[in-house]
Amino acid sequence: MIWNDEFETLPREAIESLQLKRLQQTVERVYATVPFYRESFKKADITPADIKSLSDLQRLPFTLKQDMRDNYPYGLFAVPLEQIVRIHASSGTTGKPTVVGYTRRDIDTWTELMARSFVAAGANKGDVIHNAYGYGLFTGGLGAHYGAERLGASVIPMSGGNTKKQLMIMQDFGSTVLTCTPSYSLFLAEVAAEEGIDIRNLKLKVGILGAEPWSEKMRQDIEEKLNIKAIDIYGLSEILGPGVGIECIEAQKGLHIWEDHFLPEIINPDTGEVLPAGEKGELVITTITKEGIPLIRYRTRDITRLFKEPCICGRTHARIERLSGRSDDMLIIRGVNVFPSQIESVLFNIEGVEPHYQLIVDREGTLDTLEVQVEVNEQTFSDEIKILQSLSSKIRKDIKDLLGVTCKVRLVEPKSITRSEGKARRVIDNRPTAS
Amino acid sequence: MKVEQISIFIENKSGRLAEVSGTLGKAGVNIRALSLADTSDFGILRLIVNDPDKAFKVLREQNFTVSKTVVIGVEVPDTPGGLSSILQILDNNNVNVEYMYAFVERSGDNAVIIFRFDNIDDAIKVLHDNGIKILEGNKITSM
Repeated sequence: MIWNDEFETLPREAIESLQLKRLQQTVERVYATVPFYRESFKKADITPADIKSLSDLQRLPFTLKQDMRDNYPYGLFAVPLEQIVRIHASSGTTGKPTVVGYTRRDIDTWTELMARSFVAAGANKGDVIHNAYGYGLFTGGLGAHYGAERLGASVIPMSGGNTKKQLMIMQDFGSTVLTCTPSYSLFLAEVAAEEGIDIRNLKLKVGILGAEPWSEKMRQDIEEKLNIKAIDIYGLSEILGPGVGIECIEAQKGLHIWEDHFLPEIINPDTGEVLPAGEKGELVITTITKEGIPLIRYRTRDITRLFKEPCICGRTHARIERLSGRSDDMLIIRGVNVFPSQIESVLFNIEGVEPHYQLIVDREGTLDTLEVQVEVNEQTFSDEIKILQSLSSKIRKDIKDLLGVTCKVRLVEPKSITRSEGKARRVIDNRPTAS
Repeated sequence: MKVEQISIFIENKSGRLAEVSGTLGKAGVNIRALSLADTSDFGILRLIVNDPDKAFKVLREQNFTVSKTVVIGVEVPDTPGGLSSILQILDNNNVNVEYMYAFVERSGDNAVIIFRFDNIDDAIKVLHDNGIKILEGNKITSM
C-alpha cells in the first residue's frame, strides 16, 4: 500500500526537477530572510542565482548543530513568530536545546509524511495505533499522533512511562500498531512477562520504532519477543521530527527518505567532500519545503549509505541504510572509534545474553577505560565461577576482535541497569571534559 | 541421595547478602549451610535450605538470578584426616570436584561435606563402592 501514489512513485527525473525547483526557492528565501545564511553564503562567495543544477548544492556551506545553538532560540527562523504555530526542542543534554518552529504548512507536511510512513510500515485506517513516544517538546509523540489521525487510524495518545498501564491498555483496547523507541518495546515485553501477560498473542502486528540507533540483531529480538514486524523510522527534530524516512514493510531493506521534501547527501565527515552513492559517510540533509526553519546542508552526524535503486515496494525515493550510529554517540577510546551499536551486536551474537547493557567510560591517569556492564540472566547464570568468567572473557575477546579495543566486562544483576521509557542511555562517560 | 542447592548471583555491592537472607527469613526459610564464592565483581552464594522450592520462588520474585544445582552430602568423622581420606579416593578414581564446602553437625561428632561434581552419578558410584556414606537429601535439609 502507498499513501500518496503520485509523489511516492515519481520517476527519478521528475523527483530531481522538483528538487531543483524547490531548492532554488528555499535558497532564495533563506538568503532574503535569515541573516545567518546571508552571511554564510557571502563567505562562501555564492548567491542564490548560482544554484543552477542539483550539483551546485555542493557549493553551499553546511549548517551545524552548533549554528542552531549560536542562534538560540529563534535566530534561524525564516518567518516572523506570528506565522509559527508550534515550537519543539531537542533534549539538549549538552547545553541549550535546539529549537525548531513550524508554520501551519510545515505541520501539514509533517503530518502527510508521517501518514506516508505509517502506510509504508503496513499500518492503515482501522488500525489502533498505540503511541508511546513522549508527547511534549520531543517531536516523537505529536508527530506520530498527527500522522496517525491523518491516516484515519484510531490513535491512543499514551506518551511514555507507566508501563503496566500501557500493557493493560494494549490488551483491553486491542492496539495493533506500537510506536516507541526500540529499547522501550523490549522493556514492554520484559514487564509483560513479569506480569504474566502473553504479549506475543496480543493484537499487535507492527512496531514503528526509532529515535535511537539499534542493530539488526535487536530487531530480530524484538520481532521474536513481541511477535511483530519491527520497522525502523528515521527522523530528527532539526529537520522535521519522525517521518524523515521509513523502512517499507515490503522490503525492510533501507529507509526511504521523502525526497520531494528533503535532499539527502553523504559526505566524508572529515573533509566535507560529497561521496558517491553507496559509500558510507555522514548524512547531510537540506530541507526544500520547510518554511519555519529551513536548513541548508544540515549535518545530521548520522553515519549511513545512500542508495537510489528502485525498491520492490514501488516507491522511487532513495533509501538510506539503517544507521550504524550517530557520530555524536561515537566514543573515542584510546584513539579507537567505538559505536555503542557495535558493542550491542557483539552481545547479541552470544547465546543467551540480553540486550541490557551500559558502557562506562572513564580515565585512569592518561588512559581511557571502557567497562561494559552486562546483565546476567537465568540463561547465562551458572553456579560455577569459571563458567561466568568464561562468559565475560568471551565478551571481552569478541569486542577486542571486532573493535580492536580492550575493555573490562562486568556482569551485573538482572534489572540493575536502568530501563528507559524513552531513549536508552547506553553510555556514561565519566572522563573529564577537555577544556 | 542428591540434594538441591540454591545458587544466587550477587553483585559486589553493600547490602546484597542482607537482602538475600532477609528475603529468606521473611519467607520462613531456614539456611542449613552456605558458601560464598567471590571474584572482584560478583559472588555466587550457595545455600542448602530446608525448603529449596520456596527459597527459589521468593528469591526470584525479588529479581535475584537463582538456579538450582544438584550436589551431594557426605558424612565424615570430625577428626584429623577425615576429609583427606575421601579426597584420596576421589582422586584415585579420577573424579573431579567442581567445588565443596563443609559444616559440622549439631552433635559435633561428624562433619558434612557438600560436593559438586562434574559427573555426579560416577562420583556417587565411586563413593558407594568405597563404602563412603552419602547422606539422604532430606536428612541434610532437616539437620
